[in-house]
Amino acid sequence: MLAYVVRRILATIPVMVVVAIFVFALLHLSPGDPAAIIAGDSATDTDIARVHAQLGLDRPFYIQFASWAWGLLHGDLGISIFTNLPVMKLIGQRVEPTIALTVSTLIVSVLVAIPLGILAAAKAGTWVDRVVMVFAVLGFSVPVFVLAYILIYVFSIATHLLPVQGYVGPSDGLRPFLSHLVMPSIALGFVYVALIARITRASMLDVLAQDYIRTAQAKGLPNEKVLIGHALRNAAVPIVTIIGIGVALLIGGVVVTETVFAIPGLGRLTVDAILRRDYPIIQGVILIFSAVYVLINLLVDLSYAVLDPRIRY
Amino acid sequence: MAVAPTDLTLTVAPAQRGRVATYVRRHPTIAIGGGLLALMVAMAIFAPYLGTVDPQALAPAKRLKWPSAEYWFGTDMFGRDVYSRTIYGARVSLAVGISVSLLAIGLGMAIGLVSGFNRWVDAIVMRVMDGLMSIPAILIAIALMALNRASLRNVILAITIAEVPRVTRLVRSVVLTLREQPYVEAAIASGTVSIKILWRHIVPNTMAPVLVQGTFIAASAMITEAILSFIGAGTPPTIPSWGNIMAEGRGLFQLAYYIVLFPGIMLSVTVLAINLLGDGLRDALDPRLARRL
Repeated sequence: MLAYVVRRILATIPVMVVVAIFVFALLHLSPGDPAAIIAGDSATDTDIARVHAQLGLDRPFYIQFASWAWGLLHGDLGISIFTNLPVMKLIGQRVEPTIALTVSTLIVSVLVAIPLGILAAAKAGTWVDRVVMVFAVLGFSVPVFVLAYILIYVFSIATHLLPVQGYVGPSDGLRPFLSHLVMPSIALGFVYVALIARITRASMLDVLAQDYIRTAQAKGLPNEKVLIGHALRNAAVPIVTIIGIGVALLIGGVVVTETVFAIPGLGRLTVDAILRRDYPIIQGVILIFSAVYVLINLLVDLSYAVLDPRIRY
Repeated sequence: MAVAPTDLTLTVAPAQRGRVATYVRRHPTIAIGGGLLALMVAMAIFAPYLGTVDPQALAPAKRLKWPSAEYWFGTDMFGRDVYSRTIYGARVSLAVGISVSLLAIGLGMAIGLVSGFNRWVDAIVMRVMDGLMSIPAILIAIALMALNRASLRNVILAITIAEVPRVTRLVRSVVLTLREQPYVEAAIASGTVSIKILWRHIVPNTMAPVLVQGTFIAASAMITEAILSFIGAGTPPTIPSWGNIMAEGRGLFQLAYYIVLFPGIMLSVTVLAINLLGDGLRDALDPRLARRL
């Protein structure tokens, strides 16, 4: 077990190294002079030279990478071109709304999706199952910003039930905090719920076809006990896997959701950075998001051993 | 001792084809999805003949008109006809979906095939793909677009690069399973050239899963394009893509929500059509997986 944990943790190192190299190399993947593009269309030669020096583009490639990676290992993500502030500081200022939004979405989505999937599997072939599956297909098809606007129209413009946009921190009261999070979380979580519900149903159907389920039913166990105690426990590994993989959807969706709902988080920071071609910020945000994604999937891998005692590594 | 591998494939193929036909009949999702998609493609092709005007024509005197008999989908803040822009927008979205799908499959197939057949290449390529796959696809596309000038071609390339790792993984896993098959081992044992094995035995068997994957890539590419355009990192504003139209209507949503509504509906319906088609194809081509999902 310990050996597996250690091995799995070590395996994330080459992945993060590839991520770091890619994020660094991005700057050099574009045709032409990245400094000229960052400086903008109306830039003078001195502007371009300034960006050159700021990004260290005048030094040899390997030295650029070495110094960038060295800074990275010390938590230094570089300096924002537009604001001249450390990227780490800018990210720190914006991280709270994003964490609030994604964590609340993640928790609510899982709590909605798994029961939906179990219900669909338990009632496979009935109209309940069909409704859940139609909902799942819709979830994959309606893009997050389309859903966001439908929600804004229904709950804010037409009925004034919820605030149109913005973010209020939890320190300013729980009620406004939550009321500002409801619509963004639903919009962001829709596709995630669809994904998890679908896999939960599929995984449950697999398990429900097993002999020991029939045995459990035959010896007169109540249905819920069979579903939760026997089936869900054994169906858990694919479900947990998809919860981890699906976090990529949340991360991508956050950029859009924060834009629609004017939430001052990392997604909004990214969009502003794109418009200003503030490349160090984009690099920093991608690194942070990817690291979180890798970390979550590491936890998912480690959870296998707990969820399924048969798995021995 | 050459087992005639061609005989094996011949006996399997007609039976499988018959099953596919029955499955298509039994799975109306293919018909619904395919039909809707065909409608969208027709709309994109015949855009100039569908009662549209120049989607870029400015008419400041007629800006922000609500949908009416004259302006079916209303007009935007520059007086441009939202109906015409939305119809023409289908061209951009479908072009992106189809191009990305074809390019990503082509590239992913090539890399996946080589990787599945050569341990050395595999070790390196898969580490790179693992790394790329741990960056959410949309962020790769955003990063690439942020450094390149906004153009349709660059959008297609950026989304393709973001999608390639998934195709590569899929093709590689199929190749690895196929390599263990008796008929492939027989072909190797009888001294068939690698290229020929790949072409005759491996590639045809990767087609079904790759086709299914291709539809899902097209759907996700269309959403990604719309997201990129929506946040200002996609197609240039001069091109009426659904994402661009929605981005322009963003600030006016409370005043004129119809600008966002119509392209949003079109995008959702098109993606839905492709997803239905993909689900149906998967059910038809891979019954084992279909039962699970």
